[in-house]
Amino acid sequence: MIKVDQLRISFGTHEVVRGVSFDVAKGGSFGIVGESGSGKSTVLRAMAGLNEDWSGRIAFDGTDAPLKRPPAFFRQVQMVFQDPFGSLHPRQTIDRILSELLLVHKLPDVEKRIKQALSDVALPQTVRFRYPHQLSGGQRQRVAIARALIAEPQVLLLDEPTSALDVSVQAEILNLLADLRQARNLTYVLVSHNLAVIAHLCPQLGVMLNGEMVEQLSADDLRAGRTKHAHTSALRTLSINLEEPA
Amino acid sequence: MLVDIKNLRIAFETRTSRFEAVRGVSMQLGTEKLGIVGESGSGKSLTARALMKLLPSNAKIEADRLAFDGIDILGASERGMRQIRGKRAGFILQDPKYSLNPVKTVGSQIAESWRTHKKGSRKEAAEAAIELLDQVMIRDPRKVAGAYPNEISGGMGQRVMIAMMLAPDPELLIADEPTSALDATVQAEILRLIDDLVSRRGMGLILISHDLPLVSHFCDRVAVMYSGRVVEELKASELAKAQHPYTKGLLNCMPSLMHPKERLPVLTRDAAWLNP
Repeated sequence: MIKVDQLRISFGTHEVVRGVSFDVAKGGSFGIVGESGSGKSTVLRAMAGLNEDWSGRIAFDGTDAPLKRPPAFFRQVQMVFQDPFGSLHPRQTIDRILSELLLVHKLPDVEKRIKQALSDVALPQTVRFRYPHQLSGGQRQRVAIARALIAEPQVLLLDEPTSALDVSVQAEILNLLADLRQARNLTYVLVSHNLAVIAHLCPQLGVMLNGEMVEQLSADDLRAGRTKHAHTSALRTLSINLEEPA
Repeated sequence: MLVDIKNLRIAFETRTSRFEAVRGVSMQLGTEKLGIVGESGSGKSLTARALMKLLPSNAKIEADRLAFDGIDILGASERGMRQIRGKRAGFILQDPKYSLNPVKTVGSQIAESWRTHKKGSRKEAAEAAIELLDQVMIRDPRKVAGAYPNEISGGMGQRVMIAMMLAPDPELLIADEPTSALDATVQAEILRLIDDLVSRRGMGLILISHDLPLVSHFCDRVAVMYSGRVVEELKASELAKAQHPYTKGLLNCMPSLMHPKERLPVLTRDAAWLNP
């Protein structure tokens, strides 16, 4: 479904992504883990078409994505951002936010689709005419997911979807993402610095360090400690140490 | 007793309604490390801010006792509070991006904090700033002292904040979500640094966070807050024996690397938790 081959991204003379390659099968879920500055979000943004300065190959469903994406591309691929406070328009109601995509893509049944989108992410219909500031962080992230799903994409790119949320809300959102993937056969690429979150949602993951993907392994190998790169082992040890209560 | 809080209540009043955000919190702290854990809106930050009298003017604070080292905070004047804030109790905030002055070098900001409370010359202050940056494990303190906040990383920015708070040698450090804007690796480094500095200097620490297992590694005691009340207080080492369903729920709903779960258990909130 997704093929990324020798992706290189530079900001000016500084190369931040240096030859990253990975594949994700249809209905699969791939996690990218790394520290800040490792280039993991930059990879995702290039895939979403938010950055046109890249070289290499990015292909969805067998077709190479051009540098400038046509509108139809965004019906196939959608993205959810980290901060639910910053990614929703503060002066637009949820109804307006959700209907924008439908209007842009000239989809019929706006009324029905918005109702469906809200119930898909387990939000009450009363939310529809509220503003983002009237919702909690978890509800806002649900709106962001509903907005991404309303155009019925096949691929969802998730950039730290739960790191701005409470752990209790994080559990709800992670469950929601898992359910939606199963129900709609979606393909996910998830970026996070939290190894436990990645391993929970993604059977396959890649570890990034200084713009390179230093290792790709399965979540089971990671749990069992079959890591090859020292950085992966370090991240694993840290995650295990901190997740157990003292 | 460094901090003594008895039956603290904080309410926000508008023309038509009254919202009680903190409803009878009591806690005591000596020279030890206390973690306050809870979800957003549980009143953990408000409790810490009340101690420094840093609440917005529409907040109504009442308490049977609210004291820092024997000084009554509720009755203290602004002038009196300035003798406590920064000098005797430091406050580390969540996001270094928004808490540092963007148009001053980090060295001069630390020097300013040192000079305000220690009264020395500019030169002494500049030297002290470099020494403090060294204490928070910054590799090239001289170079970093001359940098502006936008030129340093988030983790480094948080170290600068810690250096600034340590400058006046406070007796108490309040850290309000000091690492939630940071990476997992940096998070651990910063908490270890705070832990180490607090132990070495014999200070008290109030660490506010929503990550229960994380806090338990760096604190002696943990108070779990829910909807403006402390529902459970226990030793960090006895977290596994937590009794309250809310505490257990918070522990269970974390995804775990070593104990994978098909679905994460979600907190089912019981109305009885509101009024124990």
